[in-house]
Amino acid sequence: MWYILTHYWSELIQGLGYTLLSSLIALVFSTIIGTMFAIFEVLPNRAMRIIGRIYIELFRNIPLLVIAMFFYVIIPMYVAKIDGFTAGTIGLTIYTSSFIAETVRAGIQSVDTGQMEGARSNGLTYWQAMQHIVLPQAFKIVIPPLGNQFINLVKNSSVLAFVAGFDLMYQGNSIASLSLDTINSYMVVGVFYLIITLPLSYYMRHLEKRLA
Amino acid sequence: MKKFTRYLVVIGMLGLLTVFLTACGSRKSLSQQDVLTNDRASNTITWGVKADTKLFGLMDVKDNTIKGFDADIATAITKKILGKNGKAKFVQVTSQTRIPLLKNGNIDAIIATMTITPEREKQVDFSKSYFDAGQSLLVKKGSSIKSVQDLNKTGTKVIGVTGANSVANIKKFAPKAKVLELSDYAQAMTALKSGQGVALTTDNGILYGMASQNPGYEVVGGTFTKEPYGIAINKGQAPFKKEVNQALIEIEADGTYNRILKKWFGNVAGFDYKEASR
Repeated sequence: MWYILTHYWSELIQGLGYTLLSSLIALVFSTIIGTMFAIFEVLPNRAMRIIGRIYIELFRNIPLLVIAMFFYVIIPMYVAKIDGFTAGTIGLTIYTSSFIAETVRAGIQSVDTGQMEGARSNGLTYWQAMQHIVLPQAFKIVIPPLGNQFINLVKNSSVLAFVAGFDLMYQGNSIASLSLDTINSYMVVGVFYLIITLPLSYYMRHLEKRLA
Repeated sequence: MKKFTRYLVVIGMLGLLTVFLTACGSRKSLSQQDVLTNDRASNTITWGVKADTKLFGLMDVKDNTIKGFDADIATAITKKILGKNGKAKFVQVTSQTRIPLLKNGNIDAIIATMTITPEREKQVDFSKSYFDAGQSLLVKKGSSIKSVQDLNKTGTKVIGVTGANSVANIKKFAPKAKVLELSDYAQAMTALKSGQGVALTTDNGILYGMASQNPGYEVVGGTFTKEPYGIAINKGQAPFKKEVNQALIEIEADGTYNRILKKWFGNVAGFDYKEASR
């Protein structure tokens, strides 16, 4: 393990960087998009609810690899030249956002309807009530499952390896084939993933304790 | 203090896991037994072959068998070693899985477009070469890329396959180019078609196969390396290696080799049969 670590240090650090970058981008955007579609799903407007439903069911039920390959192969052919990193990150964002949407929707629906009614009867508009009364309570409830999604997101970023996105897994495959030491190469990669996911896991727990 | 102890426990557990998993690798296994004796007893030689490489080893979905030059050579060698009734069993491998599979004894030998290199010779033994391969380039017809020198520009993206030493070669011949490593040849070809890179680089034999399947693409620039394919055999299997080498010499002498060569490469445009025949 030590040999892999010292000999392929720059590759591993590069991989860690790309994995972190991709995860961060996907985390921010999938939370925003996910929340948006969660709100779509609880809106009184039926058309919006259907749009939300279609988006979530479509991307939640297709393997991430297929979505990533779609953006890597089809989009550059017909739409725009995007590289593996971009394609993988877009795929990861869309895929994760569908799960986050389901999680947040469950949160919103678990907030007592009296909260919305009370806010509306106090003169707040629907959006004001959503923003100031319902969503804060919903997010407090869904922090543990949301933490799960975030950790899955970091690990799922390994999909970048299949579209030449230079992430940790990509470097791991490359190191394994260069050093011919498969076991130790992937063990090192596993440890590098822990470096990202363990602090994330602890932070989500901390957040849960502080807000509960 | 309590927090500190908790962290210590987590780190300690990780350490234990590491030691445990590393220890697994050093256990004695199938690979320590004599392959030749086992194969004679079962009348079967198990070969690791590619299943995604046209002309060398390709899965035929109609009857679920792997067909190609590698597979035919393996069958011919099997028959020379075990006699007419000897059976050749094929296990599908990739560039990444073939050495681990050989090391843990799942396969007896690798005949999977595998180039003989000094690094690999530290891990496995090689037979004498059975195919004179060399690295070349596949590009879209009419591309401005004519040879490997044209790739040596900043911003040029070249597609290769993880685990193949062609990637390391490109870094040597065209250090300014960026190499995209994909997991297999089918994906690499798809990436070339979708314009993720300007050229696909690997051994000429494989590129000929791709060119014959994709009419809009051609092999250019000739070969810029000499990378003969060999049959990989586990370390410590000297009797088996000797038999494989002997069988190779025999099939070259009796014309079986040339017949197989012609069968697979005879119709490929640009393939020099005279040069490659033995």
